[in-house]
Amino acid sequence: MRMSLSRFLPRRRGLLLILLTASFCLSLFSLPAAAQVDTFQFDTPEQQERFRRLSNELRCPMCQNTNLTGSTGGVAEDLRREVHRMIMEGWTDEEIEQFMFERYGDFIFYRPRLRPETILLWFGPLIFLIIGGLVAWSVWRRASSDQDEVAELDEAEQARLRELLDKQS
Amino acid sequence: MQRWKFFIPAFAFLALAVLLWRGLYLDPQELPSMLIDKPMPAFELTTVEGEQVNNADLPDEMFLLNVWGSYCLPCLVEHPTFMRLAEEGEIPVVGVNYRDRQDLALNWLDDNGDPFAFSILDESGRFGIDLGVYGAPETYLVDGNGVIRYRHVSVLDETVWQEEFLPAIEELRAEGGS
Repeated sequence: MRMSLSRFLPRRRGLLLILLTASFCLSLFSLPAAAQVDTFQFDTPEQQERFRRLSNELRCPMCQNTNLTGSTGGVAEDLRREVHRMIMEGWTDEEIEQFMFERYGDFIFYRPRLRPETILLWFGPLIFLIIGGLVAWSVWRRASSDQDEVAELDEAEQARLRELLDKQS
Repeated sequence: MQRWKFFIPAFAFLALAVLLWRGLYLDPQELPSMLIDKPMPAFELTTVEGEQVNNADLPDEMFLLNVWGSYCLPCLVEHPTFMRLAEEGEIPVVGVNYRDRQDLALNWLDDNGDPFAFSILDESGRFGIDLGVYGAPETYLVDGNGVIRYRHVSVLDETVWQEEFLPAIEELRAEGGS
């Protein structure tokens, strides 16, 4: 016996729905891509903490959307090794950041330095907020002052208004 | 109420639209190099063939510095251009063999031809960091005083040579760079 298509389809659709829902729920639990594991040795936990912080705040120049910690890129591997070497040789954070800046520029920092070139980047959102606030304030002020205004008509206008109203009715 | 005020939102929209439209066509790979107008970083390495090289071995005229690797497919695409430049003696080309293995690099040069005056062997990628390299291929134009003047990221084919490098070289020659 042939199964009627119309009876078959809704059940398939239900199954599809369950599968989609299940896969969506599963995707909520998926873990972010694992960080790259290097076997760097440190003398103190403080050095290790500095290494972790710096690799998290420096961007991989090749892959652009990941930091050094999360990148598999060749240059990121080299830069992690350099950061480790510099920490072990006793460089300060500022010196390490300057080293990176001299070679890769502002792009290497996820938190760019405050410089003439980056002023718009830092304060652009604030400027837009102020412009938006001013526009909203002037619109609001006009709207509230309009309400208080009582329309005053002179003799001629009154007469014309009466004429119009009469014509209507 | 002045009339022109009505057009402010339209102008603001237009300005933003133009800005974002331009932004759509920017190449995010084209990062400004920090080394433009700075001297070539100091190096004391070997060539792919194993000879000692340092900055003094660089050509004392204008030259190209090409970052390549045997693993790098785009390098094969731009390779014929460098072969032609070398054969026609248009400009010397120095290679930087970046994050590669010496034996693989030598095989690659055997198989495809060697357009380079010499290739600096940078197995660790440490020299690449000093250059601000983030991946092969990249090409730098260095003037006769050893100062980096131009950088191109990704493939340098005949089109890029004609449209970017020749004008840059002309400009430097006009300046009397070399």
